[in-house]
Amino acid sequence: MTTVGVITFPGTLDDTDAARAVRYAGAEPVALWHGDADLRGVAAVIVPGGFSYGDYLRAGAIARFAPVMSEVVTAARGGLPVLGICNGFQILCEAGLLPGALLRNAGLHFVCRDQTLRVERTSTAWTSRYTEGDEIVVPVKNMDGRFTASRSTVDELEGEGRVVFRYTGSNPNGSVGDIAGICSASGRVVGLMPHPEHAIDPLTGPSADGLGMFASVLDAVVSA
Amino acid sequence: MARVVVDVMPKPEILDPQGQAVANALPRLGFAGVVEVRQGKHFELEVDDSVDDETLAKIAEGFLSNPVIEDFTVRRVGA
Repeated sequence: MTTVGVITFPGTLDDTDAARAVRYAGAEPVALWHGDADLRGVAAVIVPGGFSYGDYLRAGAIARFAPVMSEVVTAARGGLPVLGICNGFQILCEAGLLPGALLRNAGLHFVCRDQTLRVERTSTAWTSRYTEGDEIVVPVKNMDGRFTASRSTVDELEGEGRVVFRYTGSNPNGSVGDIAGICSASGRVVGLMPHPEHAIDPLTGPSADGLGMFASVLDAVVSA
Repeated sequence: MARVVVDVMPKPEILDPQGQAVANALPRLGFAGVVEVRQGKHFELEVDDSVDDETLAKIAEGFLSNPVIEDFTVRRVGA
């Protein structure tokens, strides 16, 4: 069975839901600990949401230096699929695996609501089960969700089709270009602020729209 | 031993809603004339003599600030 690592830092909140989503998708979740420089041979890694190390200094700024993250950065550069959700997205940006940064929401409020996203790119390790233009509903819940990057970086992301998800309806945080998620040049590393792992079953979330991300990576692992 | 001050500020082109919130509160509190507020971070480091300026720059650039969104200054104070 395909194994997908789920990292836990001190202050991580959504590792349990991420592991559950992996299980729903038909893979085996493997718990990875922040202090261990060991990926346990997993085929993909999820960096889940929460407030790693209290988000002191900046969101994700301290987590990027955790021993497990050095392994993730090396493996990701070698093609390992990595998904960063919320705080995980912030960590991947701080670690340099994804460009840009996440700043305090423009409205200065913690925003927690069901959010509609448009899937802009399906040729990534985490979105192949979607159709371009799909509108999906998943929860967003964060304080620092405003994606920001230099004008040239944003132009590059847009030009290369590396915006994976875009907010539709209303933009919850003032993100440039309504950007909710982006990917690396290879499409193997994806980060997004909203929480697909909270939307895998209508019993416990607004939809099952998020499950496709956890199922997609199974294809990426087989085809790699 | 020396004291080193590192100031980290959002880059000028970065929207700073926290600074704006402070600026917007001032007139309500009866303080007129403050046109703009930018909010940043101020670090005070006590360092021994083995820490050179190059190391301090690395600390400021690689950890205390995020060069994507922030500028920093490093200065040694006192003696």
